[in-house]
Amino acid sequence: MTNYVIETKSLTKTYEGIVPVYAVRGADVTIEDNEFTAIIGPSGSGKTTLLNMIGGLDRPTSGSVKVNGHELTGKTDSELIDFRLKHIGFVFQSYNLIPVLTAKENTEFIMLLQKIPKAQRDARVEQLLGEVGLADKMDKRPTELSGGQQQRVAVARALASKPDFVLADEPTANLDSASASNLLDIMARLNKEEGITFIFSTHDQRVIDRARRVITLEDGVVVRDERR
Amino acid sequence: MLLRLAYRNIWRNKRRTAITLMSVFFAVILSTLMMSMKEGMYARMMDSMIGAYSGFVQVQSAEYLPDRSLDDALMMSDGIDSSIMSTRHVTGWVPRIESFALAASDETTKGAMVVGIDPVAEKDHTDMAARVSDGAYLEPDDKAVLLGSGLAKKLGLAVGDTIVLIGMGYQGSTATGKYPVKGLVKFGSPELSKQLVILPLKEAQWFFGAEGMCTNIVVLMDNSDRSTKIVSDLSGSLPTGLVAHDWEVLMPDLKHMIETDRKEGYVFMFILYMVISFGIFGTMLMMLAERMHEFGVLVAVGMKRWRLAAVFWLEVVMLALLGSILGMIGALPVVSWFYYFPITFGEGEEFTKMFEEYGMEPVMQSTVDIGVFATQALVVAAITSVIALYPMMRLLRMKAIVAMRS
Repeated sequence: MTNYVIETKSLTKTYEGIVPVYAVRGADVTIEDNEFTAIIGPSGSGKTTLLNMIGGLDRPTSGSVKVNGHELTGKTDSELIDFRLKHIGFVFQSYNLIPVLTAKENTEFIMLLQKIPKAQRDARVEQLLGEVGLADKMDKRPTELSGGQQQRVAVARALASKPDFVLADEPTANLDSASASNLLDIMARLNKEEGITFIFSTHDQRVIDRARRVITLEDGVVVRDERR
Repeated sequence: MLLRLAYRNIWRNKRRTAITLMSVFFAVILSTLMMSMKEGMYARMMDSMIGAYSGFVQVQSAEYLPDRSLDDALMMSDGIDSSIMSTRHVTGWVPRIESFALAASDETTKGAMVVGIDPVAEKDHTDMAARVSDGAYLEPDDKAVLLGSGLAKKLGLAVGDTIVLIGMGYQGSTATGKYPVKGLVKFGSPELSKQLVILPLKEAQWFFGAEGMCTNIVVLMDNSDRSTKIVSDLSGSLPTGLVAHDWEVLMPDLKHMIETDRKEGYVFMFILYMVISFGIFGTMLMMLAERMHEFGVLVAVGMKRWRLAAVFWLEVVMLALLGSILGMIGALPVVSWFYYFPITFGEGEEFTKMFEEYGMEPVMQSTVDIGVFATQALVVAAITSVIALYPMMRLLRMKAIVAMRS
């Protein structure tokens, strides 16, 4: 029996209103360890909603989400926060670093919440920022970094807690070609060399080209699941 | 790091921080000035009515209050001196005999308080001699009076003129006398200046037919804050039949007036605090709204909401404390100004009449009391911290996904 990192069953999200909006409809998605998966689809197809439900940020209307065998749908908000801290790394479209902290402190922040001892934190921060090519920018604040550099710090932050997988919502959307390419190189290397599982929501062709698996959503329905 | 995060967050939007700091800063200055003026007014009132005349503690016959009748005067004895002087913090005492009488000049007659004092003891222990504004101070064997300046004005008398006193003496005897005015005395309290006729003790005892007696003994101390303790100590040591009272018992009207005025002050302060609170509350909501997305991200990546709320509260508390300290520093010169340069209302002014109606000097002087400064700073800081509870509650209930969409 395969052990899935992520397993969704009949996952549905409906926004109630005068006219109900079916954001995701009956999605059955499984992600295995070490995958490099892109969830694609046009705007409004439900990519981000699906990602949010997998990440425990949004609650499904029906269906289930399991992460490494843990069912998320029954967890309280507080339990979900703890769960995210320990198991899931996030990379957002607009970097979302803490503006008053340096690159080092931003990366360290998650580990601090996890109460990891300082010596371990320092070593891990050095390693991660080195891996994303920012060893010399440790003491820079986000405003002193380019968009690409900020997103690389965001990747380092996402990996700091040694998560089961990283969810990246349109990570290249705000980056120029060179920065996007550089970021994808880093993530691909981390996936290949360290076995980190990445799941992207994107409509950036550069990401799609690098992905080893592409799940296509249309109107909230998984219409294609292609492995390369 | 949470503390560092909170501290740095304060300075990330300098304009917003400046607005919040200014709100707290001016709030502390305004409330400190208001309280300092009020407390200064009370202190001046107590000084002019109690410190300058009646004293903070008196020893009397147990029956003297509430009628204040000469018939309940006490006989002076050696035991009184030893029990008073053996009490801690007592620096001296002065005997007085006092009762009401009619005071007349050629022109008119007015009610007056005739007081017998020991000129030597008063000179040593009180500032009675310094209050002589015209003429000369009394000698123990004088057969002359010092007249309150207000009463002199009412009677149309000046130094060297003659005053006639008619009243009731000890045990219903008739008290009459005719005395030259040796000097005029002026008290801070206009009420006292309008009432007092002061005689040397021996002459007053003769006038009232109460030789060797006095109605009250003013106990002098090194610090008026110790009056309650002194009253308590004296209660155990005074000869039988004598009691000690502090100013609150002696002058219940004054106590009541201060308490009532203080309560009114609290109402004004409450309104002021409310106005301040809404200002600070608005700034806080602004702080919350403009960072909601960021808060959502922090919760999304695993920061507990209570921890986030704690960081926000720390920011607010730091701001409030900083603003309060700056406010205290800012209030010092303002309050000091009104201490060294009090507002004095001129004769005939509306405010003067109002002050005089309450028996007060028409002077508004602040008090430079660190207690008032600290209290106001703490109150404003506490209000700010309490107001921060609302944004904290919102953070505690915040949904990361909703916040991230904002």
